[in-house]
Amino acid sequence: MDRLAEYYLNLEILGTYGPAIAAGLWVTLAAAIATVALGIGLGLMMAVALAARVPVLRQAIVVWIEVFRTLPQLAVIIVLYFGLPYAGITLSPFWATVGALGAVLSAFAAEIFRSAIQALPRGQWDAAYAMGFRFRGAFFLVILPEAVRLAIPLLTNRAIAITKGTALGTAVSLSEVLGRAQSAMAIAANPSPLTLAAALYLVLFLPLVIASRWLESRRVVPR
Amino acid sequence: MLQDLIDNFADWDSLVKVWPLLAQGLWLTAKLALVALPLGMLAGLLVGLGCALGGRAVRIGLLCWIDLFRAFPVLVLLVLIYYGLPFLGLTLPAFAAVVLALVLNNSGYYGEIFRAGLASIPHGQREAAAALGLSPLRAMLLVVLPQALRAVIAPLASNSLELVKATSIAAMVALPELLRSARVAQEQTYNPTPLMAAAVLYFLLLWPFAHAVARLERRMLATSGAGR
Repeated sequence: MDRLAEYYLNLEILGTYGPAIAAGLWVTLAAAIATVALGIGLGLMMAVALAARVPVLRQAIVVWIEVFRTLPQLAVIIVLYFGLPYAGITLSPFWATVGALGAVLSAFAAEIFRSAIQALPRGQWDAAYAMGFRFRGAFFLVILPEAVRLAIPLLTNRAIAITKGTALGTAVSLSEVLGRAQSAMAIAANPSPLTLAAALYLVLFLPLVIASRWLESRRVVPR
Repeated sequence: MLQDLIDNFADWDSLVKVWPLLAQGLWLTAKLALVALPLGMLAGLLVGLGCALGGRAVRIGLLCWIDLFRAFPVLVLLVLIYYGLPFLGLTLPAFAAVVLALVLNNSGYYGEIFRAGLASIPHGQREAAAALGLSPLRAMLLVVLPQALRAVIAPLASNSLELVKATSIAAMVALPELLRSARVAQEQTYNPTPLMAAAVLYFLLLWPFAHAVARLERRMLATSGAGR
């Protein structure tokens, strides 16, 4: 038991490295928020463009969705960070991580929004047209709000799953919680920093997971 | 300019040179997926069945298990297992550590899918099975589970795809699967062709599944949308 405490909850080491690791939480948080904003925003825009049937753009969006829905997140991060410089574009670890995760989330979000829009009964469109709306009014004031509501449980789950990927930023030396904990562990030759990192991730994500469970329990059809 | 890009990102000579490395990485990725996927799904099934059959205490315990592992990024789990456990004298080879991390993580994800699926089947089914003389376990396995499976096919498929994609985290513990091999190869060729090749390989292999999953999910959303 003492040995367990010495290795995994060493207060002395936590005192030394704790503040730096906890500060990494801000990087994790910033990356998570930026990912969600970028991913959902871009995804919504793509879904709108798909619904409006803009030619060419439509094909481009479909390819984007297929590619980023399929590739592993870490592979996208690595390609952005280590590959793009050869094309003259150098991204910081933060933006490589956020850009990659945001692209992945945008693909899933666009797909979810698109499915939700298509899942609405045709009668909603007819009713909106009967009220005198044109396409734009019908889409933005009637269809989209309903579709967004339908999409929210799926979207939250996906957003949480992808935001957890900020830990993958370690691969491109993003100094978020996990990365900092790993270097502290290497210096101190003691895994207590990892315990702290694990605890911080739980503090950050457990409420989200529980909230998404609550959100889902309000749906008629369980998943 | 365009020629420069092609020379860099799709250099045939580099590809030929590093192909054996990539092929070996691909094989390791496949092995990881083939071992971790059935184990993860089995663990999740046990968790789900435990929730459905166990008493209140068991159910609360399992719900905590599910949420705990759903809240942990799988990479954090892997780092804990691979770098943290050796301090206890428990050193796992990289392959086993990755499999364990994926299985624990997915016992939460699959567990929640099976739990929700089993809970969605009306209780009358169990009562009817009991009236026919089936024991609770047999009623669960022979009557409720088959119906639940049909309801959860889309999320099961979706999660399985995510599991296969997640094998790429093995690159973080120096296990030379596809992504790691591509990075190593890139250091030999000094151009990003191996990385692009890995991305293309991932895409070609996973795209049929991703496409099928999307179709399943769309169909599910369509039924829940119409049923409101």
